[in-house]
Amino acid sequence: MADGGIGAPTKRREDVRFLTGHGSYTDDYTPNHTTYCAFARSLVANGKINGIDTSAAEAMPGVVAVFTGDDFTEVGGNPAGWAINSRDGEPMKEPKRPVLAHGKVRHVGDAYAAVVAETLEQALDAVEAIEADIEELDAVIDMADALANSSNLVHDEIGTNQCFDWGWIEDNRAATDEAIKNAPHVTTLELVNNRLVPNAMEPRASIGEYNPGSGDYKLTTTSQNPHLTRLLISAFVMGIPENKLTVHAPDVGGGFGSKIYHYGEEALVLAAAKKLGRPVKWTSTRTEAFLTDAHGRDHVTKIELACEKDGTFIAFRTETMANVGAYLSNFSTATPTFLHGTLMAGNYTVPNVYVNVKAVFTNTAPVDAYRGAGRPEATFSLERVIDKCARELGMDPVAIRRKNFVQPDQYPFASAAGLEYDSGNYPALMDGLEKVADLSGFEARRKESEARGRLRGLGINSYIEACGIAPSNLVGVLGSRVGLYDAATVRVNATGSISVMVGAHSHGQGHETAFPQVVADLLGVDPMSVEIVHGDTSKIPFGMGTYGSRSLAVCGSAVYRATEKIITKATLIAAHMMDEAPDKVDFEDGIFSVAGTNKTVGFGDVALKAYIPHEFPIEEIEPGLEETAFYDPANFTYPSGAYACEVEVDPETGKVDICSMVAMDDFGTVVNPMIVTGQVQGGLAQGIGQALLEHGIYDENGQLLSGSLMDYAMPRADDLPNVVVDHSHATRCTHNPIGVKGCGEAGAIGSPPTVVNAVVDALQRGGHNVEHIDMPVSPARVWEAINR
Amino acid sequence: MPNVTMTINGREMSTEVENRTLLSTALREGLKLTGTHIGCDTSQCGACVVHVDGVAVKSCSMLAVEADGATVDTIEGQASPDGSLNVIQQAFQDHHGLQCGFCTPGMVMSASALLKENPKPTEQEVRDYLEGNICRCTGYQGIVNAILAASGQDVAIAAE
Repeated sequence: MADGGIGAPTKRREDVRFLTGHGSYTDDYTPNHTTYCAFARSLVANGKINGIDTSAAEAMPGVVAVFTGDDFTEVGGNPAGWAINSRDGEPMKEPKRPVLAHGKVRHVGDAYAAVVAETLEQALDAVEAIEADIEELDAVIDMADALANSSNLVHDEIGTNQCFDWGWIEDNRAATDEAIKNAPHVTTLELVNNRLVPNAMEPRASIGEYNPGSGDYKLTTTSQNPHLTRLLISAFVMGIPENKLTVHAPDVGGGFGSKIYHYGEEALVLAAAKKLGRPVKWTSTRTEAFLTDAHGRDHVTKIELACEKDGTFIAFRTETMANVGAYLSNFSTATPTFLHGTLMAGNYTVPNVYVNVKAVFTNTAPVDAYRGAGRPEATFSLERVIDKCARELGMDPVAIRRKNFVQPDQYPFASAAGLEYDSGNYPALMDGLEKVADLSGFEARRKESEARGRLRGLGINSYIEACGIAPSNLVGVLGSRVGLYDAATVRVNATGSISVMVGAHSHGQGHETAFPQVVADLLGVDPMSVEIVHGDTSKIPFGMGTYGSRSLAVCGSAVYRATEKIITKATLIAAHMMDEAPDKVDFEDGIFSVAGTNKTVGFGDVALKAYIPHEFPIEEIEPGLEETAFYDPANFTYPSGAYACEVEVDPETGKVDICSMVAMDDFGTVVNPMIVTGQVQGGLAQGIGQALLEHGIYDENGQLLSGSLMDYAMPRADDLPNVVVDHSHATRCTHNPIGVKGCGEAGAIGSPPTVVNAVVDALQRGGHNVEHIDMPVSPARVWEAINR
Repeated sequence: MPNVTMTINGREMSTEVENRTLLSTALREGLKLTGTHIGCDTSQCGACVVHVDGVAVKSCSMLAVEADGATVDTIEGQASPDGSLNVIQQAFQDHHGLQCGFCTPGMVMSASALLKENPKPTEQEVRDYLEGNICRCTGYQGIVNAILAASGQDVAIAAE
């Protein structure tokens, strides 16, 4: 391995610009002659637009233009990326999502007009002068009501609030029902997976530019996947040819899913820039972010676990209502289905699984993939019901999981939920957890807590996730409307420096440091000679971006393959330079050599030869040293883990303190352990936030009650514990060249049930017969559960 | 429109502002010092922390005209003139105290104010002090370790 290659905890090179204030985020960019855009947004959740009078706003100082939905009747159709069919074979209901609301507003924050002015202040003032006659209608908020009541609709034209009624796997339904009917023991649990607001610290921002000379558009925007955004705008929303539209996502301040999607503001600034002939800039406020960024989770689930008296699992069956909000965001139909139902066998050899999901339109912000995306919902349901089952059977929560684990000799393992797990070692993870979390010492710690008047509990969880999204052939069969490969171009420059253009986008994940480690490892060069280029569709090959813990597993594999092609070609050049047959040439640590001779040539000399091809066999070898690879994975990757959490509950106040959190994860090959640890720490923070603090709450009128950072409890430094992260129990992914599985979402998937299991355990040990508390497990909810 | 003159990172700078313009906006829009970030509209996130006359303030909670004549230090002035990182910045890199980088300027400026007030804080004191700075990426562990390390306390290093 080269110094600083795969496995090195290399410092992040991108840190320096962020630490010195020299990052380049979208809002930092203000082209000459920029105009500023502000939106008029609905104050009601459901309303009929009777008329919008913009004349006063148009007369305000500095106002350049005012737009309403009437200006965009020919533009729109931002599609869902995944077509789901209901159990009866009917296609999902797919109402049109306009750039600006037209006819109706459908959630608080739904934009119905936009002002463009010389300054932001003038635009904001003019928004206040827009006279909108919006007739408030009853809001559709509660999912059960939305399904039961077809007279009050979010989208009148589809005649129902149900988007789809999906069964997975429908052919297994009868067998699962039968198994549950005949089972010796059935545990049932009803639970809520609370709605979350992603709250990346950088609010969304978009700048549209148009060059009337060339007809070229440029969109600078806060995106996790600039090519996906370009594809959506070009193919569906605006029809701008892809070669006339550059989408540039520069430094992006976190995404967590919320910046995957194409939003109407992006189309508006592009259309306005063309109409006005000037750049148009919009930057979201945090208030707008709360109201309009796609939210996460929001499932209501009933899960049943059937088992033998000895705890051997026979079946899982779930019925879920999944909120999709007012409009279908791009991944909103995939998240509660194929990213959720397919994981419902967990780490277990359970033979029967059946998942039913009804997706429901409501007058709330769209709900889509948020860190984990479907897999946290699956894991929470499974791991909570397993804990309840263990308690009912009088079994240890570790023992019941161990009893049902897929064993290391069973791979590849076909799960009852339709996936083929390629590798893993769940017993080893649990062994590691028992040791590192010192589970045998729990009772002594519990007594110590008890002496101080605190109830101590231990929560255990094991999870599996499907990452490396995704094999195009598989997801195509499952309804995806896109392929999910990724791409990389490795360009070795004449003097030996290397530029690597990648389709993945880094917005905190450290690609600029980790990807060069892969290249350096293969080529035996200094990682600092390798530069990553990402985020600009005019510079990079067509890749699908960053989400689903896919960057290294999919795009990193493309980097690996392209680098292999570089070695192949460089070997031909080296063979020519040494006057040897190519199959006699070896390559190691950056040196080409011929065994049994003293002939050697360095990688840098080969690069120079490629670009100064004097005495070069141009009939056999092209000049230059640049290769592209598109990598489409053969399967998902399957990271897994075992987590333990200890909490103390104050029975007087209901307050929960986390005493310890241990995450034992299998991510396959780890390229940069420092970055991987950081990713898990961040995921744990979001998972603990979901479990204890965060909640996107709408009242019955559709007002977002937790709509600011003063109301929505984002985890702060004094809310979170130090966590222990261990990724030493690794099994390689068997089907990608690096052996990597993905680590970005694990913490957010594994931790919520671990925390809730610990709280319920604490209450049970304290003599309180509490079976479940919905998240967030706030002091009020705990106190109420104790004193019920 | 009023003209505001401040000594920013040791240099006198002026910009025209509206009476209602916030210091954070004046720094970013008027003076093009875009290292100071705006992450919220309720003075909660702390991405905009700068030092005004030596005191850490959220620059979104102060009008630009109030800073007329003041000495202002921002993230752009923290490294040495030769570009080398100061001890806090270096500790953030060594301890993986940042991911997306958006909250980082405010974190570094708050950390610097903390260590001026309390040169050897305990871990709990660091966590309490950062109550007004939100990070969504790191879970704070790397940030807390970085600040403890910058104060000269022994913390296992995360990076090579």
